[in-house]
Amino acid sequence: MPEKKVVLRNCEVIDPRNITTYLARDGFKALAKAYDMAQDEVIEEIKASGLRGRGGAGFPCGLKWELARKSQGDEKYVICNADEGEVGTFKDRYILENDPFTLIEAIAIAGYAIGAKRGYVYLRAEYHYLLDLLINAVSQAKEQGFLKDYDITIREGAGAYVCGEESALMESIEGERGEVRYKPPFPPTEGLWGKPTIINNVETLMNIPQIILNGANWFSQMGTERSKGTKVFSVSGDVKKPGVYELVMGSQLRELVENLAMAEKVKVVQVGGATGRIIPYEMIDTPLSFETILGAGAITVLNESRDIIDAVHKTMEFLAEESCGKCAPCREGTEVMVEILGRFSKGEGEKRDITVLEQLSQAMMLSSMCGLGQAAPIPVIDSLQYFRGDYENRIREKQGGAVA
Amino acid sequence: MNKSPEKISTYSEDERNLLLMLKEAQDRFGYLSQELMAEVAESLGISTSEVYGVATFYSFLSTKPQGKHVIRICKSLPCFLNNSQLIINSVEQELGIRPGETTADGRFSFELTNCIGACDKAPAMMINNEVHVNLTPEKISQILKACK
Repeated sequence: MPEKKVVLRNCEVIDPRNITTYLARDGFKALAKAYDMAQDEVIEEIKASGLRGRGGAGFPCGLKWELARKSQGDEKYVICNADEGEVGTFKDRYILENDPFTLIEAIAIAGYAIGAKRGYVYLRAEYHYLLDLLINAVSQAKEQGFLKDYDITIREGAGAYVCGEESALMESIEGERGEVRYKPPFPPTEGLWGKPTIINNVETLMNIPQIILNGANWFSQMGTERSKGTKVFSVSGDVKKPGVYELVMGSQLRELVENLAMAEKVKVVQVGGATGRIIPYEMIDTPLSFETILGAGAITVLNESRDIIDAVHKTMEFLAEESCGKCAPCREGTEVMVEILGRFSKGEGEKRDITVLEQLSQAMMLSSMCGLGQAAPIPVIDSLQYFRGDYENRIREKQGGAVA
Repeated sequence: MNKSPEKISTYSEDERNLLLMLKEAQDRFGYLSQELMAEVAESLGISTSEVYGVATFYSFLSTKPQGKHVIRICKSLPCFLNNSQLIINSVEQELGIRPGETTADGRFSFELTNCIGACDKAPAMMINNEVHVNLTPEKISQILKACK
């Protein structure tokens, strides 16, 4: 399936510092059209489009909006999650630096649909250099009269991966440690400062103006049965052409990795970053969709010279460091995994370690409080499934030539 | 902390927002001293440990004095695959300090950080708020020399 620019249609086309270049590309026409529709009609359109969250979890966007719209509350909030911290992801950075206006228009449409007067963009601290660009875009939109009864505030993070998780993100906006909350209640009923809140990823929101302008039907014709539209991927690692690519949902991993990013002698592809899947080369024809593999679209390619256990060990070190520490399965589990994987990577694994890794994986997936701990074992499980021999060869007894 | 009159007109939540206060203090003083954290705690009517809890949660807040230029080299997988170790080694050689340390003259602090979202231009690092990409040992020399 081909490359198609829906989310990236304005990137490297408009001047991100000049709103008139955006207006020349149908800018803010979707907002005007939305204002002519009833709030419920806007939500129905998004529901009918089949748009699902692009931050990794894939929750239906229109349903989230509907829940917030129906929640009682004197004040409601829209939050754009620009805390792109997943390892190997940089597509939101590319979007923000090239087309902040579409995002602002989308936040305004979302605010109208659910009845919010205030929107936030939560920008990760590492992207501080984009702050001026975003503030400039908001003030230009205000000057042009597009944000009449609506405030958009840019809030910066302070360096914490887990703040990309929506409840931790809200804690951070409220000024607290970015620790996850117990759920339910979910944000559409009880979110920021206890008020109904929707939190959408940058890329999810970028689709909104196009859906409003062209209709749900236009959007839902792209993609697969349960994955509509396109997906923006960040491709890096052992590739000749790293970068951002937008493909119709359901495109094959091979097309992205070999044809577009020009990877050679691929051993594995990590799809979805630190908590993502590890896909061996034999499965390179897997389609990219919510039904199969997707995540937030981080694609890290490892060639034949790479060691899988080193990569998984490095990944687990990251997760252990970024665990917020609130629940024990994640806090302790990631640390134990780092320790065990570290021994394997030095060739000092024990036979029982593999069983421990498998049991621990199950416990963490079942009992962690949020997506971080629940998904942290995925690289371990995948690598044990596809590269079990690599682990077995690193068991101490085998290293010494003794019978294991 | 001083609050300018125009800031009082903003949302009341912001006025009592611990993270915003700490970020502002970090920008102004370069780090969060024990005295400052105690002062913030008192002004908000919360315990010092709660302030300390927030101050130590976020990697861009520091409770120790930091160098004028804070170097953060990305240690995540995509940069690692593009030889970030070479860059780490050359910063260590140029400055004579290891990750977690600050030079004696107070010019540089050196840290390793998690993915900074510049994987398409790896290896990458940040110096304060600026991102430097496609790094080589030669580039490191030039960049560090340019830091006054």
